[in-house]
Amino acid sequence: MFAYFLRRILQMIPTILGVILMLFLLFNFFAGDPAQILAGKMPNPERIAAIRKELGLDEPWFVQLWVFFKQVISFDYGRSWTTNEPVGQILSARLPATLTIMLPVWVLEAAIAVVLALGVAYVRGTLTDRVVMAICTASMSISLLLYAVVGQWVFGSVLGWAPVQGWGDSLATNLSTYAWLPIMLILFVAITPSLRLYRSFVVEEINQDYVRTARAKGVSDNRIMYVHVLRNAAIPIVTNMALSLPGLVVGSFIIEQIFSIPGIGREVIVAVEKSDFPVIKAITMMVAFVTMFANLFVDVLYKVLDPRVELK
Amino acid sequence: MSGGSKSSKDLNMSNSQGFWAQAMRRLFSGWLARACVLILLVFLAATLAGWVGLIANNWDEPIAVSYANPDFMKDAPNPQGESSRLTYEKLEIDDALRSVDPLAANYGKFDEAEKQYHQEEKPLDWSRPLGADKQGRDVVDKVIKASQVSITVGVLAALLAVIIGTFLGAMAGYFGGMVDAALEWLYSVFTAMPYILLVMAIASIVRTPGISTVIFILGVTGWTGTYRLIRSEYVKQRGREYIQAANAIGASNSRRMFVHILPNVSHLMLVQLSQLVVDFIKSEVVLSFLGFGVPTSSVSWGVMISEVRAELVLGKWWQLAAAAGVMSLFVVTFGLFTDLLRDALDPKARRK
Repeated sequence: MFAYFLRRILQMIPTILGVILMLFLLFNFFAGDPAQILAGKMPNPERIAAIRKELGLDEPWFVQLWVFFKQVISFDYGRSWTTNEPVGQILSARLPATLTIMLPVWVLEAAIAVVLALGVAYVRGTLTDRVVMAICTASMSISLLLYAVVGQWVFGSVLGWAPVQGWGDSLATNLSTYAWLPIMLILFVAITPSLRLYRSFVVEEINQDYVRTARAKGVSDNRIMYVHVLRNAAIPIVTNMALSLPGLVVGSFIIEQIFSIPGIGREVIVAVEKSDFPVIKAITMMVAFVTMFANLFVDVLYKVLDPRVELK
Repeated sequence: MSGGSKSSKDLNMSNSQGFWAQAMRRLFSGWLARACVLILLVFLAATLAGWVGLIANNWDEPIAVSYANPDFMKDAPNPQGESSRLTYEKLEIDDALRSVDPLAANYGKFDEAEKQYHQEEKPLDWSRPLGADKQGRDVVDKVIKASQVSITVGVLAALLAVIIGTFLGAMAGYFGGMVDAALEWLYSVFTAMPYILLVMAIASIVRTPGISTVIFILGVTGWTGTYRLIRSEYVKQRGREYIQAANAIGASNSRRMFVHILPNVSHLMLVQLSQLVVDFIKSEVVLSFLGFGVPTSSVSWGVMISEVRAELVLGKWWQLAAAAGVMSLFVVTFGLFTDLLRDALDPKARRK
């Protein structure tokens, strides 16, 4: 197990180096001269030269690459180009808002989708099943953007059940006033693809021999579904959940923009608008790390849930 | 689809049909696929007609009052509408006014000078079939133009992504070894970041917004799924007997890759293409909504939806209804068609 862990971590190194190299190429060669962007509307040569010196842009490229590499290793990306705050501080200030939205979504989505999938798979082939699946297909096709725009208008402006946008200071006010509507809207879109997927996992398990054996021995339907089938279908379900972990950190760009939630997604939008490269680089690297560790986590989880799986 | 019509003639003579003929017969045996194709053809025709300038040319011109009502609710209150039209009071210019206006002496001259020029006042419409937006642009024209732009972006970006993905996948799967290792590394780098974040990072760098920029960004970031699929197919196919035979008669590597193997995986490319069109149209809508996509001098479904947010507060819902309706119709139809196409072309990968 330990050797496997070590090898997987070592395998990540080329990928991390690749991501670093790609970001470096993108932002240092294709992005134009950051000094021009920073010097603002009235640039003069001295100011541009000063900024270039300050950012180290007059150094040769390999020195700049080494500086970026050190930034990644030490998780210290310097200061934001627009607000002059340390980037780490910005990220730690933004992450709670994103997690306040995304963690409930993650948990509720899994719980609702699994229960519905068990139910739908149990009555597979009937009219109920077909209707639910048809609704899923239709709702999957419509963009989250539309749900968010219409949802904000209907629940926020017309019915007045929730504030149109905003964010509070404490977790309790956020959850009770500001966050519930965005959470509901994301859930609406997120449940249907999971439901479709989980249904197929459950249906596959229901057709296995062990279910027939259990039935023949007189096990109740509830026990078959919740103990036997769910245990086996849990492996792909948990995998799917773990693979959505990176999304928890980024949050939803659309939702955070529409509801003015001060999270990571909104920070990315602002940074892209203002060409705030350190912030974009930091968030991209952070998410790349989370993605890679989530993948490793998934593989280990496989082993834990299914002892038949051999870790190579 | 040409395969279908060609071999339908000799259907009676032999029982064996070509792969495409069989697939097309499977696809079009149900009414659903036929209905989908019919709707998609209408969209395609509108897009092409827009390209050559037949319809929605003047979408940008204000032809109605601001937020003109739709025809079916002409009399709804509208501050600019006919129902609350203001009549202007004509002010007679008398001596009292003349004494305070230093330009009064010249009024006669102004009127003379004005007569030299031919003027025509274009009356603005009070209502349009589906209403108008803030600038008084017709919503019908606008939504047609938006469909053209969005569909163009989706289709061209999907083509670009499938071409890149197929080429890289073919290289990796066919040659294996070092090429494969290098491309696998590139793949792992691209998939280490969530797709939309990568798109945003590139959008922050490319500072020239435009339709071709959006196509480029979506195309160069969206090839990974196709690459995966095509690579595994090439690994499977390269050991088959027909490739050994091609090798024996001295076919070159590129000939074996693109003349012999490619037709055998082309059905997967088609499925990928139609899948990506839907994905990219959704991405384009999001990008344009956030302001990094199609520039506002043009219009797309995403641009329309982002304009709509301010209008909704005023109770002007018709632009949203038009954009949402047309977009959902296209995306739902195309999604259904993709599912049917996959079932017909790739029966093994049929969704469980």
